[in-house]
Amino acid sequence: MPQPQILCENLSLGYEGETIVKDLSFAVEAGMYLCIVGENGAGKSTLMKTLLGLRAPLSGRVVYGDGLKKRDVGYLSQQTDVQRDFPASVREIVLSGCQGRMGLRPFYNRDEKETAERNMARMGVAELADRCYRDLSGGQQQRVLLARALCAAEKLLFLDEPVSGLDPTVTADMYRIIGELNQAGVTIIMITHDVAEALACATHILHLGSRFFFGTRDDYLREMRDAASEKEARTA
Amino acid sequence: MTTSFEKLALYMDYPFVRYALIVGVLIALCSSLLGVTLVLRRFSFIGDGLSHVAFGALAVATVLQAANKMTVVLPLTLLAAVLLLKTGKNTVIKGDAAVAMISVTSLAFGYLLMNVFSTSPNVSGDVCGTLFGSTSILTLTKQEVTFSVLLSVVVMLLFVFFYQKIFAVTFDEDFARAVGVCAGRYNLMLAVIIAVIIVLAMNLVGSLLISAFVIFPALSAMRIFRTFLSVTVCAATLSILCALAGILASILAGTPVGATVVAMDAAAFLACCVAGRIKHGV
Repeated sequence: MPQPQILCENLSLGYEGETIVKDLSFAVEAGMYLCIVGENGAGKSTLMKTLLGLRAPLSGRVVYGDGLKKRDVGYLSQQTDVQRDFPASVREIVLSGCQGRMGLRPFYNRDEKETAERNMARMGVAELADRCYRDLSGGQQQRVLLARALCAAEKLLFLDEPVSGLDPTVTADMYRIIGELNQAGVTIIMITHDVAEALACATHILHLGSRFFFGTRDDYLREMRDAASEKEARTA
Repeated sequence: MTTSFEKLALYMDYPFVRYALIVGVLIALCSSLLGVTLVLRRFSFIGDGLSHVAFGALAVATVLQAANKMTVVLPLTLLAAVLLLKTGKNTVIKGDAAVAMISVTSLAFGYLLMNVFSTSPNVSGDVCGTLFGSTSILTLTKQEVTFSVLLSVVVMLLFVFFYQKIFAVTFDEDFARAVGVCAGRYNLMLAVIIAVIIVLAMNLVGSLLISAFVIFPALSAMRIFRTFLSVTVCAATLSILCALAGILASILAGTPVGATVVAMDAAAFLACCVAGRIKHGV
């Protein structure tokens, strides 16, 4: 059995005095496409921030394995107010994805500049390189942030609601790109509201909230079906 | 016109005028560099808050009759800066409220202390001088000038050296931390630099007007330019030009130095608004 890239053991998450997720254990293996679904406030973003090491869990632990290091991880966060009117060119933003591996070196070297150009081309934003980020459409902005995440890492990507606020065509496009990245071997951990889409593309599902589920998509579908027929039987 | 030039040429012969120009320009440059990241992070008022802390600290130093007031003012301002920038999302009192609270409190305490324990015959003169910048920029000693120059050079070097990191942390702190940048360390560094600049700038513009030094150049530059690098360069250039023009104008017209420089900054902001509208056709 391959060693998992991320292993969560008995994780409890929440804010002071209030636990929202209790005793969560699961493992993420290389090549997985894991969708985290659940109601608002079920702790999806909190879980992601904990996995990223941005906040400490109340108890339990997160272990990175399989040679995965902090600098192998990319992150596409939800947009903040600060970013919406930030004066920066697309190239400046994508390059900043390389920061993690720079240590104290003050300037980017040729390798990092090439990585940035390559990822901009991969995400189809190469011709926007000198444009200002805030002048772009929502879909273009997400592609830029995805290119930046790819500069940070090519092993594992965390995506927090990558399609929120995008129109249907752009959304489909975004899912296609993420799917292609997964095909190319990138492990994906994605938070989404869109359960239908999650079921269409994910290999594994993590359901937080009213009830807990972690397993493959097919098991999830079966359990959903069982739950539905059980409910039907009860009402009948 | 020729008479003003002659007058200027005459003034330039005095070392105190040259000192004032050097120190003024350097402080303007440093504060504008940091202004870009502060404005973008919605910390425009931190300059204001910290300068009031510095005012309060100065009052404490005066009451204690400290031989060198800097030994009291600098540490207290540093402490306030670190505390204020640390107040992120998880504090009881949110960012802007914390800044406002610390700012008015230290202003009030400073004034109170100066009034109750004053040793000088002209309290309101002292207070006014500290708030709006006194003529102390024109009475700098050579030591003070050297000290200011050194500190400014250190600030500029740090800024250039950590420029890419400052950008990354300003644009998206969570992402930067997620990929392994020590965001906390750079925030602390920024807090320390800001405190140092504010203590330096108090001589020039006084407590009340420091904010203008920090925010105006950045805001003006953002009207016209759309990339981080061009905004930074433009802010620095504008700030230097305004400081030069302001100090020279104040010498010629006999107006208060700080207020004149700030007036220049405001004028530049208006000009940049117009230029931005023309350039971007809005």
